[in-house]
Amino acid sequence: MAYDLIVIGTGPGGYVCAIRAAQLGLKTAVVEKNATFGGTCLNVGCIPSKALLHASELYEEAGGSFAKMGIKVGKPSVDLAALLAYKAQNVESNVNGVAFLFKKNKIEAFHGAGRIVAPGQVEVKGADGKTQLLETENIVIATGSDVARLPGIDIDEKRVVSSTGALQLAKVPQKLLIVGAGIIGLELGSVWRRLGAEVTVVEFLDHILPGIDGEVSKQFHRMLQKQGLTFKLSSKVTAVDTSGKILKVKVEPAAGGAAETLEADVVLVAIGRVPFTDGLGLEAVGVKKDNRGRVIVDPHLRTNVAGIYAIGDAVAGPMLAHKAEDEGVAAAEIIAGQAGHVNYDVIPNVVYTSPEIASVGKTEEELKQAGLAYNVGKFPFSANARARANLAAEGFVKILADAKTDRVLGVHILGPDAETMIAEAAIAMEFGASSEDIARTCHAHPTLTEAVKEAALAVAKRAINY
Amino acid sequence: MTEIRVPTLGESVTEATIGKWFKHPGDAVAVDEPLVELETDKVTIEVPAPAAGVLSEIAAKDGETVAVGAVLGQIKDGAGAAKTATPAAAKPAAAPAAAAKPPASASDAPLAPSVRKISTESGLDASTVPGTGKDGRVTKGDMLAAIERAAAQPTPVAATAAAVQVRAPSPADDAVREERVRMTRLRQTIARRLKEAQNTAAMLTTFNEVDMGHVMALRTQYRDLFEKKHGVRLGFMGFFVKACVQALKDIPAVNAEIDGTDIIYKNYYHIGIAVGTERGLVVPVVRDCDQKSLAEVEKTIADFGRRARDGALKIDELQGGTFSITNGGIYGSLMSTPILNAPQSGILGMHKIQDRPIAMAGKIEIRPMMYLALSYDHRVVDGREAVTFLVRVKELLEEPSRLVLDL
Repeated sequence: MAYDLIVIGTGPGGYVCAIRAAQLGLKTAVVEKNATFGGTCLNVGCIPSKALLHASELYEEAGGSFAKMGIKVGKPSVDLAALLAYKAQNVESNVNGVAFLFKKNKIEAFHGAGRIVAPGQVEVKGADGKTQLLETENIVIATGSDVARLPGIDIDEKRVVSSTGALQLAKVPQKLLIVGAGIIGLELGSVWRRLGAEVTVVEFLDHILPGIDGEVSKQFHRMLQKQGLTFKLSSKVTAVDTSGKILKVKVEPAAGGAAETLEADVVLVAIGRVPFTDGLGLEAVGVKKDNRGRVIVDPHLRTNVAGIYAIGDAVAGPMLAHKAEDEGVAAAEIIAGQAGHVNYDVIPNVVYTSPEIASVGKTEEELKQAGLAYNVGKFPFSANARARANLAAEGFVKILADAKTDRVLGVHILGPDAETMIAEAAIAMEFGASSEDIARTCHAHPTLTEAVKEAALAVAKRAINY
Repeated sequence: MTEIRVPTLGESVTEATIGKWFKHPGDAVAVDEPLVELETDKVTIEVPAPAAGVLSEIAAKDGETVAVGAVLGQIKDGAGAAKTATPAAAKPAAAPAAAAKPPASASDAPLAPSVRKISTESGLDASTVPGTGKDGRVTKGDMLAAIERAAAQPTPVAATAAAVQVRAPSPADDAVREERVRMTRLRQTIARRLKEAQNTAAMLTTFNEVDMGHVMALRTQYRDLFEKKHGVRLGFMGFFVKACVQALKDIPAVNAEIDGTDIIYKNYYHIGIAVGTERGLVVPVVRDCDQKSLAEVEKTIADFGRRARDGALKIDELQGGTFSITNGGIYGSLMSTPILNAPQSGILGMHKIQDRPIAMAGKIEIRPMMYLALSYDHRVVDGREAVTFLVRVKELLEEPSRLVLDL
């Protein structure tokens, strides 16, 4: 009983890859070691965190801007248990959705840990210890990533937590200390701050959100401080003393120097994620990995061993669900003989805070480093009628375009609903659009998207409303 | 993997336009099988497959402009190559026909708003601009670069023509009944070169007429014998070419060309013969006509005519002419003023032979007459020289024995 394709892992990369392969007529199976499908994204990542973000944002609005708009609700309160139940239900419906899609596409699912015994052979070891051997033409490694840990600091997921534990704290901590001012740390920090925690973020670098456009990062830093987050930049956490009722966190300057001790009820370690590629038998079949444990693939997502492909967080590139999805589709199409391809120059990136940050393409720093001549068009939401009506007029849209050809090279949005608006920028860039093309495309009024159009106009120094 | 590259196209030809791919990606090809048609300024040529295998990739799509040496596509060597490269693709159920589907062409895709605007304002047809966007779409940057290229071109005439020729829009009623067809490269070149000649040379035309009676009599007398011996029909062109060569020897200015402040006199006689084809006018060159017999000239011309119709002329056969002959007579023209084939200084126009009453030795006779026209560049050729040249041609044709006697 041989398959055309077995996908190991059913996260957003793996399950999408399997469905696409089944659509193309490949006899496909998936192997999942967890009880539910969907991987980190659906179970302990994107989906549950967004449920908490949404709820906590509404909670804050109810206690804040509602009154300004003349809506009286009294002082709102949070029933954390009910909130977490709503989150759990959301997760459940999503993972069940994946199971349904597998059935619909006649994809066979095997529960257990997958291991590549040889090219074309996958062994599945169930929770009961029983193994079975599956035969297949092709294998896609879609095993994703795991939380990165700090040496000497044990994560118990109760008081010292990773993102997984931070999604289900039994009660709102009085003091939450977050290690790492990246996307995960700031999103979850925002959630618990809104729910009432006093949040301190310790970051090794001298700025927050590494990789994000510098201007955006700087302005967002100020916004978060105004919201009540405390930052300790250029600092590192060297130890967490869990002996007492209150955690004692040792923080040192990154450059070295006198340590200080901060108190916290909960410590969230959010310093990033590492590829999960151990225990797959890759060494035995000779699949090469780089020095960071990522499977090495060519532009066609092929590993060095024929018939074995890899996608998503298990390979190099941004650790984003949608990047994994696109690679999953490309891998399935390549295996089916089509010309699957992922355009790594146009992968949007979103930080789901309030306000949101969304970007696609190059940052200003990257363009400077590459020595490219570019023009900048910026438009603040404070000049956008809809944002003002929504009482959410913070932030701006910034478009970077080639000085000579006017081709859009990067778009950075800090502001309300940035996640939705970045899609138009991505499509424009995918088609090689110039800023003038965006500016000459009619945008509905009154919408937040007008800020994108105005920023495009501003590239040619002809914004209308600013 | 074998690369398909643009072959050397001959002197002064540096780029070509992809006319049409005969093969799609995924098609099997044999060695030397024609793969793609390239249009150049001068001829249309076919690029043969350098190796047998499967056409795996097309790098330059129809309508794109490519430079000499540029990669046109790739051939995956051997029949089994597809299998070893992507082992999984061999699975028949798993590899639907999509694999062989050619990449979507962007030529039908609507243009980006900035491209539309630039196209309307500059008159530059976006479909002639090679696109770098998704699926070969033309971007604003491509348009700006094309305009910059056009502006930097050494021929100011062509540049302004490309940049400013804006056609006023037709009324909607009429617009739907118009057909817009892209000029082939050959047509564009003809247009540019003719206008260049008009703008550069001090061009004027002198006329004469010739009694074709003797040449016609010679033809009638020796037609069968000539054809039997040389395998080619005895036509008029051979006589005209030989007559022109003699006249050019007498009047060297007509065989000369201007180079800056110098005049270059050419002591060789490469005569261009204008041939009308479906694709447009081409002027293949009969080399060293002074050293060729009349039969050899006729043979060469017959061969050119055949190959011109098939589009099979080679680039070097279209280059290096010193003087040209055009025959409007075959279409019935009685009189015309040909345009110079720059940088040449003279072109002879032949016309229809028509029986006309002529006064000869005090009597009116009906003779087969042809008007002759010589357009010449007055910067090089004096009026006296031009007229003398044409009279010499007339005399040589009216008394073909002079050709033999070199009189």
